[in-house]
Amino acid sequence: MPASSHSEISAIIDANEQQILKEWLEALRQGASLETGRIKEPELNTQAKGFFSHLRGALREGGLDVRSRGYETLRSFLAEVSRTRALKGYSPSETAMFVFSLKRPLFDAAAKSADASAAAQRGWEINQLIDELGLQTIESYQKVREEVILRQQSEISELSTPVVKLWDGVLALPLIGTLDSARTQVVMENLLQSIVDYGAEIAVIDITGVPTVDTLVAQHLLKTVAAARLMGADCIISGIRPQIAQTMVHLGVDLDVTTKSTLADAFAVALQRMGRTVVDVDSIAGRTAR
Amino acid sequence: MERIPILKMGDALLITIQVDMHDRLAMALEDDLTQKIVQSSAKGVLIDISSLEIVDSFIGRMLDNIAAVSRILDAQTVVVGMRPAVAITLVELGLALTGVKTALNVEKGMALIGKQVASARGTSGRNAG
Repeated sequence: MPASSHSEISAIIDANEQQILKEWLEALRQGASLETGRIKEPELNTQAKGFFSHLRGALREGGLDVRSRGYETLRSFLAEVSRTRALKGYSPSETAMFVFSLKRPLFDAAAKSADASAAAQRGWEINQLIDELGLQTIESYQKVREEVILRQQSEISELSTPVVKLWDGVLALPLIGTLDSARTQVVMENLLQSIVDYGAEIAVIDITGVPTVDTLVAQHLLKTVAAARLMGADCIISGIRPQIAQTMVHLGVDLDVTTKSTLADAFAVALQRMGRTVVDVDSIAGRTAR
Repeated sequence: MERIPILKMGDALLITIQVDMHDRLAMALEDDLTQKIVQSSAKGVLIDISSLEIVDSFIGRMLDNIAAVSRILDAQTVVVGMRPAVAITLVELGLALTGVKTALNVEKGMALIGKQVASARGTSGRNAG
């Protein structure tokens, strides 16, 4: 009878608690969880005991339906366990083994405490329960990994768009990586805000780190240049590599701005426009000495 | 009717837009400015839009128009103090305002007008002499 099966499983667990826990911990230890040193034995014990007590509570309240309300605390406990494991660099199967290694001890306990046909029925139920819980583990593991990826994406896009002050009124924007519309937006906002903050008149956009320049990227660049001009700052584009220059010409891309091949050239132009120049100190010293 | 004041500073006219521009206000400004350029024979027009937070295509076109009209009347237009968000909006609208000169703030804008007026004087003075 399905109504009583969960209470029977509860009874099995209650009767063999120490035995099951001991065997499970043994299985967990063998499952290489400890050898790598990523988790300490006391922590593993706490996790196992915590899971076990939550499981008993869940069985009492929620029966065998893993999606029911009674399993909420157990699910969040599992999510926490897989979160910590995901962050410590466990593989998905290693994380799932935490739950799956409980199967064997539970089977053994069920086999001991009932006749053959009842044991087979309990075995099936236990199997389903543990499988469901294992899937939950994988799901939360996956979620954590996706969060990590998203965070890294946003960090990369922030890291790769710094605005550097080269001189009073001269900014440099070294672009690294492919320019898509989302990144162009970030780049543009960063640059324009820095123009306001530094009171810059000239901004050098260096595209040495941009692997390819197609018509779309060129359009993004031109948008940035146009926006900077509206704010009252001139733009110079530098760091155009030979192959990129050729591709641009083949594609018919026409950047209607001052372009220079290196950042140094662009900086020289910027200084010239600001009415400044770089001189050799020795030559001045020599002249005054004479 | 509400109007935007136009101040005369030497050879230049100074317009500071402090309120939200609506279309009628913009058209009134265009009319007033044209009159004032002729009256005062100004050589430069400086429009400070640092308090302008919202622009639409109409205001963008108005800026372009003012620049074109001023150029015909021999006055240089400089738009100063555009906010980053406004600049991005105008670019996305496809209004790059290519006919308008820009500067970061009123001080730099005035310097730009001063430089251009001086160079215009220099050439016209030579022509006359």
